[in-house]
Amino acid sequence: MSSSSGTATRRPSQMFRNLNAKIASIPMILTALCVFLGGTVWTIVYSFTNSKLLPRLKFVGLDQYERLWSAPRWLTSIENLFVYGILSLIFSLVIGFLLAAMLDQKIRFEGVFRTIFLYPFALSFVVTGLTWQWILNPDFGVQHLVRSAGWESFTFNPLYDQQIVIYGILIAALWQGTGLIMCLMLAGLRGIDEDIWKAARVDGIPMWKTYLFIVIPMMRPVFITTLVIIASGIVRLYDLVVAQTSGGPGGASEVPAKYVYDYMFLAQNLGQGFAASTMMLLSVAIIVVPWAYLEFGGRKRG
Amino acid sequence: MKSFKLFLASASALAFSSMAGATDLEVTHWWTSGGEAAAVAEFAKAFEATGNKWIDGAIAGGGSTARPVMVSRITGGSPMGATQFNTGRQAEELVEAGLMRDFTDLAEKEHWKDVIRPASLLEGCTVDGKVYCVPVNIHSWQWLWLSNKAFEDAGVPVPTNWDEFVAAGPALEKAGKIPLAIGGQSWQTTGTFNVLIPAIAGKDVFLKVYQDHDAEVAAGPEIAKVFKAADDARRMSAKSNVQDWNQATNLVITGQAGGQIMGDWAQGEFQVAGQVAGEDYTCLPGLGVNELISTGGDSFYFPKLDDPDKTAAQEVLASTMLSPATQVSFNLKKGSVPVRGDVDVSAANDCMKKGLEILAKGDIIPDTNQLNTEDTNNQLNDLFVEFFKTPALTPEEAQKRYAAIIASAD
Repeated sequence: MSSSSGTATRRPSQMFRNLNAKIASIPMILTALCVFLGGTVWTIVYSFTNSKLLPRLKFVGLDQYERLWSAPRWLTSIENLFVYGILSLIFSLVIGFLLAAMLDQKIRFEGVFRTIFLYPFALSFVVTGLTWQWILNPDFGVQHLVRSAGWESFTFNPLYDQQIVIYGILIAALWQGTGLIMCLMLAGLRGIDEDIWKAARVDGIPMWKTYLFIVIPMMRPVFITTLVIIASGIVRLYDLVVAQTSGGPGGASEVPAKYVYDYMFLAQNLGQGFAASTMMLLSVAIIVVPWAYLEFGGRKRG
Repeated sequence: MKSFKLFLASASALAFSSMAGATDLEVTHWWTSGGEAAAVAEFAKAFEATGNKWIDGAIAGGGSTARPVMVSRITGGSPMGATQFNTGRQAEELVEAGLMRDFTDLAEKEHWKDVIRPASLLEGCTVDGKVYCVPVNIHSWQWLWLSNKAFEDAGVPVPTNWDEFVAAGPALEKAGKIPLAIGGQSWQTTGTFNVLIPAIAGKDVFLKVYQDHDAEVAAGPEIAKVFKAADDARRMSAKSNVQDWNQATNLVITGQAGGQIMGDWAQGEFQVAGQVAGEDYTCLPGLGVNELISTGGDSFYFPKLDDPDKTAAQEVLASTMLSPATQVSFNLKKGSVPVRGDVDVSAANDCMKKGLEILAKGDIIPDTNQLNTEDTNNQLNDLFVEFFKTPALTPEEAQKRYAAIIASAD
């Protein structure tokens, strides 16, 4: 920031270059500053107050944060987000890439398969959640189907078991989101020059090695875009949980975004909700800032 | 903001222009189960008889889903004509912020102070000597509803108190019944526990914990006994896998479950199903141990509006809701007790008569909504929904967390 403004004062012509474009982007800049930045600062400031139903500026220091980190429900939420986040990152990438690699083998009816895999993405999380709630319901869904086929002792009811409920949510999320990841990966694969494959074949490198050591490193930008999309999906996980379990059984599938909503609007305790959302922002910042520094800082140097 | 309000106003005016003449008043509430819908239709009928139009704003999903919608509409500048809240502290801050209409004049003109009983109901509506809401019914939580059929099938007599009920649990289970039905919504688990407190530990302990927020009592031996009873309830309800309270009531109605601890609004469901108190089902106020009832219920609040026609209609609605005829017809359908002591309730069934008797004797406690903020209630909900679904959470550990919540309550 300081270096660019320094440049501007030394060479004023820089500031007026592409003047029209700069004027045109003023509304968006203002929106970003007022709405996003302003809203964020406002939320952080009020997280240090004891605001209840309505915001009020009565500061109580770190009280809200102390209460937050001693609330068992918040700790469960963080743990769930952690498990869900890591697994959904790994499985989305692996399954998405494998599907894309398979579609890339110049198979027949590629368009049909692509559509089928991408189709769940057209559904909202709420619809996805309700559908999977039915599929995983022990009385009508998979368990019922297998039991009525003769395997009487078969048990598969992830949404009713506290230990594994988060995996039930993960299944639905993967079903919904992997199609998009596959498409992104497929686009990345199509961007690899055909000559690379020919050269690898001439050198007698097996296909899996070509993928692992040549193609994937070349797809780095695609992977980074994908990573950002998946990561943002993880942090805002909310509607899927509400539709599938509404946090149950017994609060075992609570997630941070739901904690924020519940305390802001159900419990009429804005301060607590703001403290929780500030913690969410902080966790995103811890991941995104070093990455952005490496990614964009590195490019400038190079 | 102003122009947006205007836009909203004109849009709604357009939408309902076909009913010009009568004033439309939108009323939001969360009464959506069979018995509740029948009761609210009585309000609508009475209000429309005054020449106005009742626009029904039912919000499905229970109070916890509806209240955020109501609050955000009021604070966001598009208030409805009238809205339900539970009698108590739910709308406290909205009143303090000056968003609600003051009905002191009407209250004095119609002598609400003299007709509404118990006095705590109107006190719940009063802030700084001014009346801000209309209590419409008295609901009590302290009821155990038992299915006579379930006990017959299990071959044991219908219990007369909580201990007998717990003792009958194994027999019910052997007959393939769920002994105790509790829905998955968190407020039901908290409600069950809050009913166990006065039944097991008595009224004084209840008041010490919730009125004085005495953390020592909450951590003490009396509440430990309550947690032991809650542990029994947890074991007996382990197999009930329904969500909504009326689904749980339905398990009792159909004889699939032995009983349910639920407020007297459950009575509306038994009535819609055509069941008769005493023959098909049994009700035990105070779980048959300590016969007392809480005097919670529902109140209607009226947000301040700019439109003079609607403001006038609000007044009409308020006095319609309290009129003797409406009080009787509404409360009979709802399963609740009228807030007026001067109306004829001879049409009431056995269970409601039991409630009226206890009320007349004065064995009453305030409702938790009148004592606790929503924040405290929500923390209790988090604790009890976890407790009832997690067998690994011991009563001792849960009590420690319970005492901490009570200590921080305001």
